[in-house]
Amino acid sequence: MKYLDEYRDGRLAGKIVEEIHRIQTKPWVIMEVCGGQTHSIVKHGIDYLLPREIELVHGPGCPVCVTPLEMIDKAHAIARRPDVIFCSFGDMLRVPGSDGDLFTIKSQGGDVRVVYSPLDCLKIAHAHPDKQVVFFAIGFETTAPANAMLVWRAQQEGVKNVSMLVSHVLVPPAIAAILQSPLNRVQGFLGPGHVCAVMGYREYEPLSAQFKVPIVITGFEPLDILQGILMTIRQLEAGRAEVENEYSRVLDREGNKPAQRLVFNVFEVADRKWRGVGTIPKSGYKLRWEFREHDAEKLFDVKEIDTLESEVCISGQILSGIKKPHDCPAFGAECNPQHPLGATMVSAEGACAAYYAYGRHLKRDKDDVKLTAISMGGPA
Amino acid sequence: MCLAIPGKVVETFDQQGMRMAKVQFGGIVREACLEYVPETQVGDYVLVHVGFAISRVDEEEAQRTYQLLEELDQLTELKAPVVDEIGDGRRKP
Repeated sequence: MKYLDEYRDGRLAGKIVEEIHRIQTKPWVIMEVCGGQTHSIVKHGIDYLLPREIELVHGPGCPVCVTPLEMIDKAHAIARRPDVIFCSFGDMLRVPGSDGDLFTIKSQGGDVRVVYSPLDCLKIAHAHPDKQVVFFAIGFETTAPANAMLVWRAQQEGVKNVSMLVSHVLVPPAIAAILQSPLNRVQGFLGPGHVCAVMGYREYEPLSAQFKVPIVITGFEPLDILQGILMTIRQLEAGRAEVENEYSRVLDREGNKPAQRLVFNVFEVADRKWRGVGTIPKSGYKLRWEFREHDAEKLFDVKEIDTLESEVCISGQILSGIKKPHDCPAFGAECNPQHPLGATMVSAEGACAAYYAYGRHLKRDKDDVKLTAISMGGPA
Repeated sequence: MCLAIPGKVVETFDQQGMRMAKVQFGGIVREACLEYVPETQVGDYVLVHVGFAISRVDEEEAQRTYQLLEELDQLTELKAPVVDEIGDGRRKP
């Protein structure tokens, strides 16, 4: 738990919190979409500063978390091949598949490498012409331009031994899926800042209008998040439903056009399965036909793999804002970051992992922590 | 892993027709591709995500964001190994 004086500008943070308390008259449920925002909220105890009737629920915006187990198993099957150098962002190495993780495969002799940039795979491919270099292309819209460039350059340079296992997901279809659920509780959204730095926020406008929900594109500093919450509550209290931009110092409505152009040249929209949630129509990218020579799923005949998810885990409901980590009987007990049972615990940006990292598995209820904060001179 | 990290462009160069930069993040310097923010100059601050600059920011924003990412332990991607192979098991000098 952090207190107001530890915020970048404690006085300003205090004023925003005061204003939220002043204008709020009804209970509201607000979802932050981005895993970075979830992390920041839990670390700084932002939810504890809000009126009791404002509930923050944590969305599906961690790409590591929502990569389906089948895809992880496919990655592992490819990574085990002796003719393959398997490259991935570091976050994916510890994510368990049905049979171990990428670290295990590496320790058993598989050539598994962590890369900083997808472009590193081109260098590796040049250095190992006898091997197929496969990159595990996961991510949201923020990561898509980087991954698209790898395939684009490989084709331009005629590098044949580079391919990608694509598991790309998109934020707006996930928001639509959450809002269409009969169990939906979410009334307003903090939109993902860095995703919108690439894509802009034009595509959130029809969502906001159709479902009559405020969407405030928000950064991930504590002050940004408080400001985003205030802007969302203002709209909710006034009965407005618009897209607003809290993060205008970084992004605008149009986003990064050169990045969007390359993404659309390389990828096309496809149905994608989300771990814990299921298949969401048109919710991700796949490689366009022109780039099929670089599509690892086509190059390697990896059969559909049957997978078994935990029966206890409620990560799907957590990602949809229907439940919170504490509602799960396994949270902090049989499910923890060393032995994750499902999506929201497998990466540090998942809601359950963030709650665990900041000790919330030890405190079962908001009031418990709040009382501690008050007694230490923190905000009521 | 979805967050972009701000850094200062200390050098720009061409890599097979691609505009690249050396970007300083605290004490670490890494390469980043500038194709998506082609107007970037040496001395500018950019948000870099997995080796690609996606947006320009001002210095104050860059410093504040960097500090926050450090607190959130979100800088691990910068520590990924540098690929310096040039073939036949040789490495860049």
